[in-house]
Amino acid sequence: MDYFLTEEQLMIKELSRQIAEERVVPVREELDEKEEFPWEIMNVLAQSDLFGLFIPEEYGGLGKGSLELSIAVEELSKACLGVSTTYAANALGTFPILLFGTDEQKKKYLPDIASGKRLVAFGLTEANAGSDAGGIQTTARKDGDSYVLNGTKQWITNGGEAEIYTIIALTDKAKGARGASAFIVEKGTPGFGFGKKEKKMGIRASATRELIFEDCRIPKENLIAKEGMGFIVAMKTLDSSRVGVGAQGVGVAQGAFDEALKFARQRVQFGHPIVSFQAIQHMLADMATEIEAARSLVYAVARFMDSGAKEFTKVSAMAKLFATDVAMKVTTNAVQVMGGSGYMREYPVEKMMRDAKILQIYEGTNQIQRNVIAQNLVKEAAKPK
Amino acid sequence: MNIVVCIKQVPDTAEVRINHETGTLIREGVPSIINPYDMHAIEAAIRIKEKKGGKVTAVTMGPPQAESALREAISLGVDEAVLLTGREFAGSDTLATSFALASAIKKLSADMVICGKQAIDGDTSQVGPEVAEFLGIPHIAYVRKIVELQDNSIKVERMMDEGHDVIEAQIPLLLTVVRELNEPRLPSLRGKMAAKKADIKKWGAADIEAPAEKLGFSGSPTQVKRIFTPEPRGERKMLSGSAEEMVDALIKELLQKKCL
Amino acid sequence: MPVRVEREKCTACESCIGVCPYEAIVIKEGRAFINEYCQMCSACLTVCPEGAITEYEEGNVPAQDLDSYRGVWVFAENRNKMIAPVSYELLGAGRRLADTLKVELSAVLFGGTAKDAEELIKRGADKVYFSDDPIFETFNDEPYAGLLAALVNTHKPEVLLAGATAIGRSFLPRVAAKLRSGLTADCTGLEIEAETRNLVQTRPAYGGNIMASILCPRTRPQMATVRPKVMKKGEYDPARKGEVIRVEAGGLSSRTKVLESVKDISSGKVNLQEADVIISGGRGLKNPEGFKLLSELAALLNGAVGASRAAVDEGWIGYSHQVGQTGKTVCPKLYIACGISGAVQHLVGMQSSDYIIAINKNPEAPIFNVATYGLVGDLYEILPLLIKKLKEIKEK
Repeated sequence: MDYFLTEEQLMIKELSRQIAEERVVPVREELDEKEEFPWEIMNVLAQSDLFGLFIPEEYGGLGKGSLELSIAVEELSKACLGVSTTYAANALGTFPILLFGTDEQKKKYLPDIASGKRLVAFGLTEANAGSDAGGIQTTARKDGDSYVLNGTKQWITNGGEAEIYTIIALTDKAKGARGASAFIVEKGTPGFGFGKKEKKMGIRASATRELIFEDCRIPKENLIAKEGMGFIVAMKTLDSSRVGVGAQGVGVAQGAFDEALKFARQRVQFGHPIVSFQAIQHMLADMATEIEAARSLVYAVARFMDSGAKEFTKVSAMAKLFATDVAMKVTTNAVQVMGGSGYMREYPVEKMMRDAKILQIYEGTNQIQRNVIAQNLVKEAAKPK
Repeated sequence: MNIVVCIKQVPDTAEVRINHETGTLIREGVPSIINPYDMHAIEAAIRIKEKKGGKVTAVTMGPPQAESALREAISLGVDEAVLLTGREFAGSDTLATSFALASAIKKLSADMVICGKQAIDGDTSQVGPEVAEFLGIPHIAYVRKIVELQDNSIKVERMMDEGHDVIEAQIPLLLTVVRELNEPRLPSLRGKMAAKKADIKKWGAADIEAPAEKLGFSGSPTQVKRIFTPEPRGERKMLSGSAEEMVDALIKELLQKKCL
Repeated sequence: MPVRVEREKCTACESCIGVCPYEAIVIKEGRAFINEYCQMCSACLTVCPEGAITEYEEGNVPAQDLDSYRGVWVFAENRNKMIAPVSYELLGAGRRLADTLKVELSAVLFGGTAKDAEELIKRGADKVYFSDDPIFETFNDEPYAGLLAALVNTHKPEVLLAGATAIGRSFLPRVAAKLRSGLTADCTGLEIEAETRNLVQTRPAYGGNIMASILCPRTRPQMATVRPKVMKKGEYDPARKGEVIRVEAGGLSSRTKVLESVKDISSGKVNLQEADVIISGGRGLKNPEGFKLLSELAALLNGAVGASRAAVDEGWIGYSHQVGQTGKTVCPKLYIACGISGAVQHLVGMQSSDYIIAINKNPEAPIFNVATYGLVGDLYEILPLLIKKLKEIKEK
């Protein structure tokens, strides 16, 4: 279906597709098997100007919006979610600086991010603070002209490989929701180390590590916005990045569907290609319909965000929720359509199914997304007409 | 350093099919691409520009649709492009093509000219050296590695039939390059945007000051008498049985045909 | 010859449009129209069911004084301090052409020794123009092209042949540009057109998908580089007599300098393009160890080891072994393809081999479309058996 993308958006789509097909597809199996970080592909993305898509031109980027970013993420996700997660998490880590940073901070960090020279990671989650983000225990104590960080972040995407980290830590435990602040911490800062790399079910090319802060001293200039703004920074960051996760869902679902359809046309049983059987046809029809619906929702939300909307928490949650649930359903059914072959590592769909699961979990589990949507529904209903 | 890259838009010959009844090519539906060897030439030129500064210009001789190849070159990082086009160039063989390209390059004052080893439709690998001769500069063919590049000289590895030579030469010169030299990059978004807006210069015989009798059909000493499809291979036999049986049968056939 | 459509005969069936390799035909006012992008390959002429496309003479193009050019010349390549075998093949073809034209066959030799020059005579040359000037010890395009062009200008042969080798394909074009005459690359067929004395040069194009017959009717000399291992070598007659003429190479210079020549040791003793037997490996080998097996078989048959692009890209063997569109084109007597699927790009490099043997697990592999003998099976089972049995035969 034609989504009336502009010429530039089509250019971005075409370039991302070319990179996905020529550079990602040939190596995705190996990256998954070896759990290898896709540095070469990151270099290609950097050289193609894709890291700077959503960064303002004055800081070295291309000044595009959420729809452009979603298009690029979708194309990469068709090829490999591990690669697209590495790319998308970069955006996640950049949003705190982009949305709340001072001009100096933006000048200092954004150009290198836009050129792909340095990768970024976002550090919120902890062992005791997943869905309950308010339960974080990492502290940042003011000490003269610095802050001293202590604590451990868990399951941080791009952990260890990124050079720039945006971290949410408690500056005043007593203040509850107003007690956290956002900071920029650079790799190599004394007292900032990493735990082992996690072994995961899927997105194995993506690096997931603990971040360990032991009396890690950072200059006070690295505080983003004001003390106490930490959770607001985090919430706004997640608001902005949710649609990207939705785009990942659309991409991996499309990739899996394309493989399943291709297989169904070739595989002959009972004297006929299996695509001629109604059971398969119904599955494929449902898959295609769900993917199109997910894509429509993700694009509509992205366009809404790009129009300058102030409030998009509910709809971005809807896009993330719907598209990722579709992704899990479609990838599972893709394996089913392909039967025994789908289960074999020789074919790409079992990886897509393993990869897709995380989409329902990270950046706010789909249960939390439902909470968010419901809260917003109630809030809207309570408003006077 | 001012570098000129000669490129050619060709059909993707790996996708071309033959109509065995008429003995002709089926050109329909075969995509046009930048000649694969020229992609390596473009990459080499851009890398030199990134190291030494300067400008890269892509030149091609062809019909109007060849403009898309030039725009693709710009999306990769080439700065400017020139399309030699017009009736007067029609029917050119390698000599007339090389003469036209050399005349155009003379207008661009190049320090270095880089070409792909050969075009995958013509397969002659003649244009590069002929252009060098018309420009009066030396050339090195089948460059697989640039060892050293100074402002006035260059040291390269040239592939030969049984190995390679290490060669030193003065600049200006022309290089033809092979696949081993580099891995061509993908386009960048900024490049694609520039390619869309780029002003492609279109030159005819008058612009390159080339006399009509040295161009096109008149300027081509060779002519195609006819084209035909190669004979399909004759005898084809599938051997069967166990591995041992097949090997025995094979040896028997080969001994009979005196192949061993 | 330029072609055009006779509009009255054209039914706009568009058969011509589909076969034009240059997209030069469009429908204009209901009839086919050939525009200026036509390269005059005559493909449309062949397919038009109405015979509506015809050739026509265009203008007056002055021809050179062709009759003053007589003789067939062959450039004998001196490589690694010996005569490259292709030189003897050129003498074989050259002798045949010279006899048809009733003219002399001469060879040109740069580098090497007077003894080498004598060998060329024994292989069929009537004369040998020979220079052992030190400038020819290593190959540089400018001095080679300079002296060859000068000799041609002095002696005016009507045909000049060279091997389509790295050396031949690099410097002959410079000679063609100096002489402003026609050069056809990589010929696999050479014939004389009786009425005109023109040399008809046949060669593959479009990645080997078509063959083209080329003429050079208006200029002399008619030059061609010839694919190695296609022409028959000249007959060796130790008693044959001829003239070795030493030529002066003074005044030649080179703006390129060969600092060192490195032989690719991994390609073994046998050069891929000169080999009579090639054992080639592809993705089906599954790992680089497979090439050890191929080397064993190659050694047994005195052959060379080749590879498909897939094997080279995997890093299992060096690029100098690659056969195919972006590798080497080979023409051995026997080509054994092991674990190679037979993609077009590979076939282009080896399909003119005399006998092709394909060993592949997949019975649908396209290689079986060109194989003289196809074996469906595990190459790791078949090759050791083949090696064992060949050893037994050798012992007998």
